[in-house]
Amino acid sequence: MSDTQLLNTVAALVPPGSHVLDLGCGDGQLLQQLARERGCTGYGIEIDDANVLACVRRGVNVLQVNLHQGLAAFADHSFDVVLQINTLQHLRNAEVMLRETVRVGRVGIVAFPNFAHWANRLSVLRGRMPVTARLPYEWYDTPNIRVGTFKDFEVLAGKNGLKLLDAFGFEDGRVVRRWPNLMAGTAVFVLQR
Amino acid sequence: MSLIATPQSLHFQAPLPLQSGARIRGYDLTYETYGQLNAARDNAVLVCHALNASHHVAGVYAGQDKSEGWWDNMIGPGKPVDTDRFFVIGINNLGSCFGSTGPMHVNPDTGRVYGADFPVVTVEDWVDAQARLLDELGIPQLAAVMGGSLGGMQALSWTLQYPERVRHAVVVASAPNLSAENIAFNEVARRAIVTDPDFHGGHFYEHGVLPRRGLRIARMIGHITYLSDDVMNEKFGRELRQAVAENASGYKYSTQDVEFQIESYLRHQGDKFSEYFDANTYLLITRALDYFDPARAFDGNLTRALARAACKFLLVSFSTDWRFAPARSREIVKALLENRRAVSYAEIDAPHGHDAFLLDDPRYMGVVRSYFDGIAQGAAA
Repeated sequence: MSDTQLLNTVAALVPPGSHVLDLGCGDGQLLQQLARERGCTGYGIEIDDANVLACVRRGVNVLQVNLHQGLAAFADHSFDVVLQINTLQHLRNAEVMLRETVRVGRVGIVAFPNFAHWANRLSVLRGRMPVTARLPYEWYDTPNIRVGTFKDFEVLAGKNGLKLLDAFGFEDGRVVRRWPNLMAGTAVFVLQR
Repeated sequence: MSLIATPQSLHFQAPLPLQSGARIRGYDLTYETYGQLNAARDNAVLVCHALNASHHVAGVYAGQDKSEGWWDNMIGPGKPVDTDRFFVIGINNLGSCFGSTGPMHVNPDTGRVYGADFPVVTVEDWVDAQARLLDELGIPQLAAVMGGSLGGMQALSWTLQYPERVRHAVVVASAPNLSAENIAFNEVARRAIVTDPDFHGGHFYEHGVLPRRGLRIARMIGHITYLSDDVMNEKFGRELRQAVAENASGYKYSTQDVEFQIESYLRHQGDKFSEYFDANTYLLITRALDYFDPARAFDGNLTRALARAACKFLLVSFSTDWRFAPARSREIVKALLENRRAVSYAEIDAPHGHDAFLLDDPRYMGVVRSYFDGIAQGAAA
């Protein structure tokens, strides 16, 4: 799911040498890239056995912890950057975890599928839930339990008093700054408490 | 072709100062090694044993069937800890009963068998003794130290006592100290032994008897705590022994007969154990477990205690282990995180309780294998 171009774009947002916590780090590709290219340190959190193994194979520090337990174990601002790349849509406690992300990290970077992308709107207009490369699941088997839009997230961030340092869409390997809620399949937010 | 293991022994004349203030002199350490120490002497892996295990970690003894080492599924040629790449060392700890000097040996100061007079040894003392053995073997630094349960405590202690001598620590199903409940289980086991009329204050050797009853009960209690409720139910449930089940009325309506399969199993385990394990050793090792608490010198602050550790860590716990629960491993992980140490942590969803650390689980084995692959690559670089 995490295509390389999106990961490159996110990596570019992380200051070199940062101490990074990657929530739902998958196979550890981004953390490995951050360590190699930007001299970052840190840890990934991942629940899936196969992904944990993949991280250990890569030599990426991974902690097999369920994010539904929250981040109580982590002190305020104990990381420079906390990442949630394609993780938010799987979290039952998405709002809590958003607050936790900017509590534990000085900066939070969140990327998730934007349900208001025109292709998704078109599908819903036709009466069907979207099944796309970005959202490849049927409505009955999707692991994406939090389906929101770029605009929805702005509202949620505002409700929690978070400062948006940057926000843009991502589509077809490119950053989308014009009408991202309509034009981008992925929303990317950089925020602070 | 199985690995053939050969126990070896080294004698140490210089006294080893113990945490208690006592010293032990003229002691032997029994150990086994597998694989080859490389020219750079940097591929050694020390495996620390838990309560009732020994230096016999892997392989079999020549001509002896079913003599596999206690971690033979983990360690050997082509196994997760691959003896084709690593030089693996198993050491029997002081006070144990499998070769290294223990309570059944003669105290050189008195000419009498130690018995209950064997000095109380701690995890830290064991690590000091292990370090001396490595000195003798010419190993300045370990590629890794690893262990499960009490063995994991020794691995953790290595990283604090000799941080410069360890590159990696693999700590499985362990804890930063024992909980009150854990100490309580140990105390029940100890009381069972000490109150056995054949114990004779720990000097039963002179009386030509063994406190078997106490040892049996100690082992039965231990066994209960090493398994999970689910596994015990799955294995035994409420099943009755054949002879009882054939009884027309169902139960035998006795209070002392062995009627349930679980009773039969526990008694069998207890009987077996009481034939080969030393009662004083059981007391000593459970005490070492009770005492281990590296945070104690830091007002209970584990983060400060682990600040000395310099190596990389892999921690593994098992979801149904209630004797050394995942939450205890997470405490260690948290303290390492707060010190920004390199650490990976796998929480294996396995049904087998504490025993899981000795069993084959592809996820567990896979993570350890991959971690050691990484160590081997690092050693080669």
